[in-house]
Amino acid sequence: MKPAPFDYRRPGTLSEAIAALAGEPDAKVLAGGQSLVPLLSMRLAAPSLLVDINGLPGLDTIEVTGEGDEPGVRVGALARHAAVLASDDVRRVQPLVPLALADVAHATIRNRGTTVGSIVHADAAAEMPVVLTLLGGSVEVEGPSGRRTIPADELYVGPLESSVGHDEIAVAAFFPALRPGAGVGFEEIARRHGDYALVGAAALVEGESVRVGFLSVSDVPTVVDLSGVADDELGDAALAQLEPMDDIHATAAYRSQLVRVLTTRVVRSAQEMAREGM
Amino acid sequence: MSEELHDVRLTVNGTTHEVRVPARRLLSDALRHDLGLTGTHVGCEHGVCGACTILVDGAPMRSCLMFAVSAAYHELTTVEGLANDDGSLGPVQQAFMDCHGLQCGFCTPGFLTTITAGLRQNPHPTHDEARDMIAGNLCRCTGYQNIVKAVERAAELAGTAAGESPPEPPRPGSAQLPSEDRDEDTASTGLGA
Ligand SMILES: Cc1cc2nc3c(=O)[nH]c(=O)nc-3n(C[C@H](O)[C@H](O)[C@H](O)COP(=O)(O)OP(=O)(O)OC[C@H]3O[C@@H](n4cnc5c(N)ncnc54)[C@H](O)[C@@H]3O)c2cc1C
Ligand code: FES
Ligand code: FES
Repeated sequence: MKPAPFDYRRPGTLSEAIAALAGEPDAKVLAGGQSLVPLLSMRLAAPSLLVDINGLPGLDTIEVTGEGDEPGVRVGALARHAAVLASDDVRRVQPLVPLALADVAHATIRNRGTTVGSIVHADAAAEMPVVLTLLGGSVEVEGPSGRRTIPADELYVGPLESSVGHDEIAVAAFFPALRPGAGVGFEEIARRHGDYALVGAAALVEGESVRVGFLSVSDVPTVVDLSGVADDELGDAALAQLEPMDDIHATAAYRSQLVRVLTTRVVRSAQEMAREGM
Repeated sequence: MSEELHDVRLTVNGTTHEVRVPARRLLSDALRHDLGLTGTHVGCEHGVCGACTILVDGAPMRSCLMFAVSAAYHELTTVEGLANDDGSLGPVQQAFMDCHGLQCGFCTPGFLTTITAGLRQNPHPTHDEARDMIAGNLCRCTGYQNIVKAVERAAELAGTAAGESPPEPPRPGSAQLPSEDRDEDTASTGLGA
């Protein structure tokens, strides 16, 4: 199948890009296209205009923040998954990001797809929205009325739906740093290497606090608090707070079993990292 | 309503071409239909199979997931650009021939481009790394064993071209993996024997 016709603009500045979006309620931003182009080709989406942001300067950045700002890494909208995954700075400051990115699609897709695009696309089966939510990160967006920061827990409003306005462009995502003495873990089960996961889990252990985020379990990224739960009850305690869904890929019962297994594993690896350092 | 057309300059295998295309023209279609470079194959047209993989500024990408209008700013390499300067087969192509790495050949262009870039990044892949290098490409014919073998053979050939010690000539029956490798590979494809 081929996409339906659309107009195309490739602005050279952020303000031009925002102006192009403002006039067109059915316009869409084109970043890496690794989610959008399949939707267009299958005609699940038919925007009137695509605003290609690949020509915007200064958005392919990966910066370590600190010195007055909250410590962490700020990933620009045109940083490709591959660049973020390969960044030593990211690995050092927040190791959960590369742990999860290694399971995002295949290397070829990661060469083009952007990490910010994946966060904004808001697929509940995607890794990065869960990572951002678990870590308490945020997205910086710019629109006609200026810049604002959307905390991750206000970002995901429904399946494939984020609170980024149709006339706003996400310019960066912010992942808070791993605190000293804290640990993270990530694991997922997919039918084939590189496929979307049937269930995935990310854990963050900081002192007494134990939290686990899940992908492909509900229709939005979901984080549960497991602080104080005994090791052999982690899986059941997580399930008590979740309602795994049935779909063509897996039954709810099978997903529940994966939640049990993965919760235990990721909490254990996060605790190990917390104990031993990364 | 007549559709707006864009004049796009595509640089493919070192040659610049001018095409006039609607914005929705997939890069894979521009290569095949507008430029006649039919070496790039289209299987699934949604990013899954890898047949359409080309190199964009040296990095493998799906040409079915890019628009021709967005590709104007890049150096593109298709399978037609993988031969040696004298027209003989490039190392990855030669390795596929040596190892019987293709049957119908539909998936092959995507494997050749992916492996070419993969070996530039990692010239001496281990067996596992060779398998990982091609994990994003599907082949319905070969069962992958000989493609993995071809990755390893291509690494040898490319190494020789770069002045490393010469490769062993292909062993008789080299298309077969040693039996312990075969067990491991069969088990992990999940497809059974
Ligand atoms: C075969 C295949 C397998 C995949 N497997 C996985 C997987 O396992 N896990 C996973 O997480 N992803 C997977 N993906 C998707 C991939 O990670 C995409 O790269 C990512 O989801 C979207 O990023 P993009 O830059 O390609 O965005 P695009 O496709 O360009 O855009 C996606 C959506 O986000 C919007 N958007 C993008 N950037 C911005 C921005 N800066 N501001 C405002 N809106 C924006 C677009 O308008 C569009 O609606 C897979 C893709 C393919 C083709
Ligand atoms: S045709 Fe592009 S990945 Fe299948
Ligand atoms: S050789 Fe036929 S699909 Fe790979």
